[in-house]
Formats: sequence, C-alpha cells, structure tokens
Amino acid sequence: MNVVVCIKQVPDPNSPGQLDPSTHLLKRDGELVLDPGDEFGVEAGLQLVEKHGGQVTVVSMGPERGLDAVRKALAMGAAKGVLISDDSLRGSDALTTAKVLAAAIRKQDFDVVITATESTDGYTGVVPQMIAGLLDIPAVTFAKSVSVEGDKLTAQRQTETGIEVVEATLPVVLSVTAGVNEPRYPSLKGIMGAKQKPLDRPGPADLNLEDVGGASTGQRITAIDSAPERAAGEIIKDEGEAAKRIVDFLADKKVI
Amino acid sequence: MDFELSDEQRAIRDTVREFAQGEIAPRAAGYDESGEFPYELVEGMARLGLFALPFAESVGGAGGDFLSYCLALEEIARADASVAITLEAAVSLGIAPIVSFGTAEQQQRWLPQLLSGERLWAFGLTEPEAGSDAGGTQTRAERRDGDWVISGRKIFITNAGTEISAGVTVTAVTGEEGGRRQISAIAVERGTPGYAQAPKYRKLGWHASDTRELLFDDCRVPQANLIGTEGGGYRQFLTILEGGRVAIAALSVGVAQACLDASLSYSAQRHQFGQPIAHFQATQFKLADMATQIELSRLMTWRAAAAVDAGRSAAPYASMAKLHASEVATACANQAVQIHGGYGFMEESAVARYYRDVKVNEIGEGTSEVQRILIARHLLADVLPL
Ligand SMILES: Cc1cc2nc3c(=O)[nH]c(=O)nc-3n(C[C@H](O)[C@H](O)[C@H](O)COP(=O)(O)OP(=O)(O)OC[C@H]3O[C@@H](n4cnc5c(N)ncnc54)[C@H](O)[C@@H]3O)c2cc1C
Ligand SMILES: Cc1cc2nc3c(=O)[nH]c(=O)nc-3n(C[C@H](O)[C@H](O)[C@H](O)COP(=O)(O)OP(=O)(O)OC[C@H]3O[C@@H](n4cnc5c(N)ncnc54)[C@H](O)[C@@H]3O)c2cc1C
Repeated sequence: MNVVVCIKQVPDPNSPGQLDPSTHLLKRDGELVLDPGDEFGVEAGLQLVEKHGGQVTVVSMGPERGLDAVRKALAMGAAKGVLISDDSLRGSDALTTAKVLAAAIRKQDFDVVITATESTDGYTGVVPQMIAGLLDIPAVTFAKSVSVEGDKLTAQRQTETGIEVVEATLPVVLSVTAGVNEPRYPSLKGIMGAKQKPLDRPGPADLNLEDVGGASTGQRITAIDSAPERAAGEIIKDEGEAAKRIVDFLADKKVI
Repeated sequence: MDFELSDEQRAIRDTVREFAQGEIAPRAAGYDESGEFPYELVEGMARLGLFALPFAESVGGAGGDFLSYCLALEEIARADASVAITLEAAVSLGIAPIVSFGTAEQQQRWLPQLLSGERLWAFGLTEPEAGSDAGGTQTRAERRDGDWVISGRKIFITNAGTEISAGVTVTAVTGEEGGRRQISAIAVERGTPGYAQAPKYRKLGWHASDTRELLFDDCRVPQANLIGTEGGGYRQFLTILEGGRVAIAALSVGVAQACLDASLSYSAQRHQFGQPIAHFQATQFKLADMATQIELSRLMTWRAAAAVDAGRSAAPYASMAKLHASEVATACANQAVQIHGGYGFMEESAVARYYRDVKVNEIGEGTSEVQRILIARHLLADVLPL
C-alpha cells in the first residue's frame, strides 16, 4: 500500500505571526516549520505502511525553503519527497494549490492521499476536498482514527454531534485531525539519511500545468481586519450550585 | 572561518531540543524530587537514536559527528542535567571504550543493545584511594585458569545499578613492571557472581542519575573480557576521558543556558520598585556577562569537538573547554539564583535545581585542578617538561 502525504511548511506557530500588508498573508521571514497538523498526517501514513507494506511519499508546494519540511518528513521515515516550488506559483489560492498537488499526486503510485484538515497559516480548509474532486476519488475528512483492510478504509469522523464511522473504497483522500496519533520524533539516523533519499523537484511544465498560479488565481484576499477582542469571561461564584452551572454551560457549548 | 552549523547539525539540534523541551523538561523537577531513574526518558532518547549518534555505521552507529553529539548533550542538559549525564556516561564512558578498543567479538556481543539504548554500560575507574590519581588503583585482577579474578572497590560509578545496566568496564592492576602498576581494563557483565552494586548514593544534585559503589569479590570473568591491551588501561582511559571532557563541556553549556533562559524570563516578569527587575542595569549586566561567557564556552566546546571530528588530538582544547564551561556554568547558576531572589532558594524554582546540579561538572571526568595541570603540562612541554 502506498501513501502520499501532503505537507506544508508554515511560519512557526510558537512565535507571534505578522501579516504582510501587501499580500495579506502571514510573513515568512522568520522560523519556518513543518505544519504541526501535517506531522499527524505523516505519522498516519507511516503507520499505514508499517502495517500494510509500501511506502510514504510526501508532496509539498511552497517556496524553496519548504525543503526543510520535506527533509523532516523524510527523517521521520517517508521514502521520497516531491517539492514544487516554482516562482510562478507564488500567491496561489486554494484551488490552484489543489490543482498542482493533484497533478503531482497523479504521477505517484498511491492508495491513500493524506492531508491535515486545515493548514495552520492559510487555514481555508478546502484543499483536501478539492484534491479529491480533481482526482475524482472519495474524500474522507476529519478522521480521528483510521484502519485499512483489503481495499476498504474505515475512519472515525469527529462531528459536532458525535462520531461517525465511514467506509470508503481505495483510493481515497483522507484528512486527519490533530490527535489522530502521536507523531514520532525523527530519528537522528533518519535526519542523516534524509539527504540520500530521492527528492523530485518538478516544475509546472513537468506537471503539465500551463495556466495556474499568479494572475490566474480565482481567489484574492481583499482586506483583513483584526479579530474582535475576546469578551471577558464569566466568573461563577460558588453559592452552592457552581458545579451545576459550569456543567450546564459546558453542555450548552457542546463541549461535554 | 565559518561558525555556522550544517543543515544536518541544525536539524539534529532542533529535533533534540524539541524532544528535550517537550518530554524531559516537564518531568525534570519530578525526577529530581523522587530520585527515581528516568527509564521512560532513556527510552525516548533511545528511540531518537541518541546512544548511537557519534559512532561509525561500521560498528552499528548512526555515523553522526562528535559535534552533533555535543549539540544534543547541550539540549538535553538544558532540560535536565541528570538525564544528560546518563546519556553522556553511557556514550562517552560506556560505549566509547568498547568501540575504540574492543575486539570484533566484544563489539558483536555488547554493542547492539548498547547502541540501541536498551541497555547501559558503565565505566569504573574511581576508587577510594584513586581519584585524580588514577595510578593509585588498588583493584586487582589476577589470571587464574584462563579467567580474570577481580577484587576491589569502585566508587561514584554512573549507570551501573539501573534495571537496564548490562555491565561495567573496570580498571584493575594486572601486574607490575619496573615498580609501576600495570593497569588494564576488563569488562564485567552485571549478574556475574562476585560483582555487587551498593545502594544509590544520596547526592547534592543529579538526583535522577544512578551513582553507586561497586564491589568485586573474587569476581571471575573470561580472559576474553580484557578490553584493549594488557597494561594499556591507563593510556586507554586518557584517550576516552579526552572525548568525555568535551562532552562534559557541552553538558555544562546546556545547564548554563538553562540558567540564562530562566533568568531572562524571570527578570522580565518580576516587578520591584514599579518596574521589571530587568530594567535595573545591575540585572542587565549579570545577564550580559552570563550570555557572553556561555557563548565563549560554547565556541570552545565546538572547537574541541571539531578537533575530535578531524581526528586530531583535542588536548589541550578539551581540557580548556571543560575547565571553562564548567566554571562558567557554576557562576551562571549562582547568578541565576541571585536574580531570582528568595524564590531562587526555593525548591519549586528550576534554578535551585540548576544550582545543585551544576557543581559536579567541575569535579567529574577530571577536576578543574587536573584540567589546569594538563593545560600547563601542554604549555610547558617544550620549555620545561614536567
Ligand atoms: C512560491 C510560493 C509561495 C507561497 N507562499 C505562501 C504564503 O505566503 N502563505 C500561504 O499560506 N501559502 C503560501 N503558499 C502555498 C499555497 O499558496 C497554499 O498552500 C494554498 O493557498 C493552500 O491554502 P491553505 O493553506 O488555506 O490550505 P488548507 O485547505 O487549509 O490546507 C489543508 C491541508 O492541505 C494540504 N496542503 C495545503 N496547502 C498545501 C501545499 N502548498 N503543499 C502541500 N500540501 C498542502 C495540507 O495537508 C494542509 O494541512 C506558497 C506557495 C508557493 C509555491
Ligand atoms: C556524580 C558523580 C559521578 C561520577 N561518575 C563516575 C563514573 O561513572 N566513573 C568513574 O570512574 N568515576 C566517576 N566519578 C568520579 C570522579 O571522576 C572523581 O570524583 C573525580 O575524578 C575526582 O576524584 P576524587 O573524588 O577522588 O577527588 P580527589 O582526587 O581526592 O580530589 C580532591 C581535591 O584535590 C584536588 N587535587 C587532587 N590532586 C591534585 C593535584 N595533583 N594538584 C592539585 N589539586 C589536586 C582535586 O582537584 C580536588 O579538588 C563520579 C563522580 C561523581 C561525583
């Protein structure tokens, strides 16, 4: 069984982000890391191939520096990396991104394509479904656990009302939530071996993408506003029924 | 000259930092208080591949360089010095002699489980009458019917008494030549009759590290357990200790950095006289001095590690790095407690632990005085041989 995991490199979520006023995107001049959400994807892919054989290929579209994220995934155990970093793709919207990724994925041998549910920076949360649409295969989203038997993938989906159990026939696109597993640390030997693993650097021409990116994008961020200040919390004084009021409050918010 | 680390060295440092801050740091205070051996953290380090890091692939190592190992030790020590010394003693004192001087059979027998980090190997040199003066070794090993029979005591030995300790390389007198004791190194597996480990010492610091007295009472091991050459033990451990010193320097840098980290955040947040104490120049100067000295220690450590990687002798750089970094770390811990005021004296502050943990770096693997002797000997070699 072969797995393709889509990974994105993002500005380190642990350091305060800043928006670039010209592009309305997060500035990328500081520390960049493999999106923590995608670490769950890589781990999920590695667990699948460890159980069923095959190998994990990671695919990323992003600037040249995205190589670090690909290397990290290779160090964690992926067998091969694909990085598409053409300058003409700068400013790609979600659909363009999905087209590029789908074109790169088509060139791989795959049974499952894994993504996170949304990226930590761009955060549109639509790329996975778009990839599935473009590849014309099912999308199983928001998976909090996954198993595969034969050509059938079973996932538990976290929804607002409970947990759905979904089955789909391979090949599928699978988006996994944070917490689906515990991502491993890359082994130090893996880090040192990462440079020797195959790395593909296709350009738009190699992927037969003539009119994507830049000017042809369909989605633009026209303005940004700061998020409203968070309202002050409610303090519940214990006059004998505080516990019940907290439980009611949490139940009302569907947290419990 | 380029002081930048390679991509690979950076990736190793960052991964170990993430592991150390994520897994070790949150548990450090708990292990310090209970004095339990941190098996789960050793397992985590084993999974990362830390025990195999600086050894050649030909013996089953990861093929990393010595500098990467130093970067890793710094990051682990920044989270918990007890865990760092557990790694350092296992790698620099336990595994290194077997890699450097062991026979192919010995390597096949012991290395796989040591490099994987499943088991630990110790190094027993120090004795009640032989500390700085290792020539004073009293433990004896006699040949009897194709075996070595060992009798004597070793004190202050790291990693010999944990549930995963596999054995120890001990130095023992195996003969005399021209009135000088001949010292050899012999491997003793745990469980060998006549080899016992005393209960753990109570220590000022490094509470979670396993330190014990070892007793050898007519302990019989096969002749094939001789590590290196007969009578070559003294020369061998001088080489081993050279790498160990660079490693202790790296460990010291890590503790010193932890002291600076804690001091920066505390001084920015603690207010007196209506302002953060970091506004007072008296605090700023302490911080600036700490940072400068730490950077110097780090560069000296890298310098010595680079010599090891180039296959050159690291002396006297190893001694200089160990001497300076350990003394700087002690000074930094002292200032860190000062910056934390009364809170720094309370066990709930991390700097109280740093203060207790740091001193031993000036003692283990050659005291500061011994390092000065070695450096002076090097300086005077051509002028006035000592
Ligand atoms: C030169 C260049 C510069 C770029 N600069 C930026 C930038 O400044 N800011 C920015 O946000 N994006 C940038 N991108 C990437 C691209 O534009 C975004 O990835 C895209 O808009 C996806 O939107 P999203 O993050 O909201 O996706 P979401 O739908 O939120 O992502 C969901 C999941 O899809 C997968 N995925 C999404 N994007 C990618 C990708 N690029 N590669 C692999 N997997 C992916 C991941 O698994 C992700 O968790 C750049 C790309 C290039 C080539
Ligand atoms: C926590 C811990 C873990 C240890 N782990 C190990 C281990 O795993 N394996 C191992 O073999 N050993 C280990 N040791 C022992 C350590 O290496 C010795 O403690 C150290 O070498 C000093 O020896 P000593 O304690 O006998 O001190 P001494 O040699 O008695 O020194 C006492 C003082 O005299 C000074 N001194 C001695 N000789 C001279 C001289 N010629 N000139 C000037 N000053 C001098 C010393 O510098 C020191 O200040 C460990 C020690 C500790 C505390």
